[in-house]
Amino acid sequence: MAEPVSIALLYPELLGTYGDGGNALVLAQRLLWRGVAAEVVDVRAGEPIPRGCQIYVMGGGEDAPQSLAARELRATPALLGAVDGGAAVLAVCAGLQVLGHRFAGDDGKVHEGLGLLDCETHRDDGPRRVGEVVVTADAALDLPDLTGYENHGGITTLGAAAHPLGRVVVGHGNGAGDGTEGIVKGRVVGTYLHGPVLARNPALADHLLSSVLGPLAPLDDPDVDALRKERLHAARHPHMHMPQLASGWRRLIRGH
Amino acid sequence: MTPGVNRQWVHARAGAPFCAKMPTVDLPLRTRVAALAGRAIADASRWVGAGEGSVIGGRVTLAIDERALELMAAGHQSVVITGTNGKTTTNRLLAAALAARGPVSTNAAGANLIPGLVSGLFRGRVGAAAALEVDESHLATVVAAVQPTSVVLLNLSRDQLDRYGEVRRHAADWRLALAASPATVVVANADDPLVTWAAGASATAGTVGRPRVTWVGTGQRWRADASACPNCGSRVRWDDRREERGGAHWACSGCALARPRPDAWLEGTDLVLADGRRLPVRLQLPGRVNVSNAAMAVAAAMVLGVDPSRAVRNMSRVRAVAGRYQVLNVDGARVRLLLAKNPAGWAEALDLIRPPPAPVVVGINAGVADGRDPSWLWDVPFERLHNRTVVATGERGRDLAVRLRYAGIPHTYVPEYRKAVGLAATGRTARQPEIDLMANYTSFQDARRALTVGKPAGLG
Repeated sequence: MAEPVSIALLYPELLGTYGDGGNALVLAQRLLWRGVAAEVVDVRAGEPIPRGCQIYVMGGGEDAPQSLAARELRATPALLGAVDGGAAVLAVCAGLQVLGHRFAGDDGKVHEGLGLLDCETHRDDGPRRVGEVVVTADAALDLPDLTGYENHGGITTLGAAAHPLGRVVVGHGNGAGDGTEGIVKGRVVGTYLHGPVLARNPALADHLLSSVLGPLAPLDDPDVDALRKERLHAARHPHMHMPQLASGWRRLIRGH
Repeated sequence: MTPGVNRQWVHARAGAPFCAKMPTVDLPLRTRVAALAGRAIADASRWVGAGEGSVIGGRVTLAIDERALELMAAGHQSVVITGTNGKTTTNRLLAAALAARGPVSTNAAGANLIPGLVSGLFRGRVGAAAALEVDESHLATVVAAVQPTSVVLLNLSRDQLDRYGEVRRHAADWRLALAASPATVVVANADDPLVTWAAGASATAGTVGRPRVTWVGTGQRWRADASACPNCGSRVRWDDRREERGGAHWACSGCALARPRPDAWLEGTDLVLADGRRLPVRLQLPGRVNVSNAAMAVAAAMVLGVDPSRAVRNMSRVRAVAGRYQVLNVDGARVRLLLAKNPAGWAEALDLIRPPPAPVVVGINAGVADGRDPSWLWDVPFERLHNRTVVATGERGRDLAVRLRYAGIPHTYVPEYRKAVGLAATGRTARQPEIDLMANYTSFQDARRALTVGKPAGLG
């Protein structure tokens, strides 16, 4: 049997606040369902990043763990080397910020990023950007609309030549006022979408997989289709999808 | 702030179990009227069947006297309980333990914002000890107003991130609140680094010879939210080979933060005290997590002078807590209700359900009180639900269905609770099939309402 496809989940204990570890599971399962052997390798802070993996996945996290993750990543050329060797990367939220040139912590300090993506992240005094997001993916990617949930204080500005993942239809995305969401450079994809993003957008999962493995057979998944339909509708028509509210009188009594 | 009672006099008698007619006599007329009005409204609300009435009653009291919490709490010995998981259960266990020393006032319904606390106090008898649970984001306000005898810090993990931002911020707020209340004895979970850091300010502020923190070794297993040190951001390392006083040692690799030496700890289900006493904790509530909650409650009861073995004995009589662990008869099936609100709570709940092939109904909502983002479903080890019938339900049952699909767990999505239970019972041969229904906060309330409509709740 062929070597299993390896998916490295980087620093799940630091960058795992929003369930983004699920992205690695989604990638592995979608291969297993197609009869392709796959494994998820957890890489914890302090451990060396294995070079031979096909896909590297990073998630969102709080400020202190994010700075710690950035320090760990900058201490080794492993990830940059893997990308040069043809590996794909999915970096979500704090993960996206860490892969840029630099990012601001909540203490106002500027931290150096890995510089793998041409973007940088600063902060403003406004409220965090929180809520459902719908994104029309960049035409070159040929993907259906993306659905997800964002929750971030950072504003990410893309470099002049950088390509966004798509344009925001509902929500904030990068938050820089240009309507962009995420950033793509070759096989490296950064996004603010949680959900996890690949669970809600299997086409993006398959895009990452086929970028390193070649064309893949389609999969049938009615559970995901139903969820996508519900979420895309909920984001576009929020008033119809408020959680069932108790009547005004009962809400007053119960307090929510 | 000068409370409207004679504090000196009250404190002189703090050791007395119950001083009838003591402090409210000194309450300003306005506060007394406010309390009476709130109570009347709460009773009326309950009488018409509109709910517990604790929130609206408290609001009425606060509308009449905005200092009601502070004034009504003054002169009472009180314990304030906070944390992400286990507040309501620990509060219930503590109230049972404190009953050993006299009357207790408590916000037993789980209403843990300011109005709920106020109505907890106006329900209690004069001079009663108070057991109060408070939402983790309101601890500072409550400590400043209530000046509690003791504060219990259970744990901190991620929950409702769309609302509150970051876990560490709570720990920082707690730290400031406790530093500003040096007379309060803190009971803190030594196995939670965030809690330890929050309580640490109090540990150093204590006067010589008088410990300000009682550290409890709860053996908590959830570590995913504290891998970076709350103090310096370096890595926190656990050493599972170095087990002492009820838990694995942990220490920050960059600063001095480390597991404190517990004053009380769990060995199996025995609570061991530093003086060598060993108290078996036998609860009717299921699960290891409730033994940990009980350990925290015993330590707090001891701060108020309750004998620990009496505390444990009283706790063993608690059967259900605000509907949690309650068993309902639903169309011939016995349905046990389990509440879990976040990954740490779900990991615990999955530990205490019946073994396969017992069917399970799982309900997920994402209302404001739940947190609007159910991404955390992917941090719950639903893989453990193998080899049984699993029914997904709730307003966000479709998110759960996708999670179960990727976990390799066959399942059915049924949006309506009674039908979901009916499907789970299908094919069970037992005369009275037993089903565990696990749900997050508002889904739990919906399920309880849907499954009790039209019939009396049969306690099991």
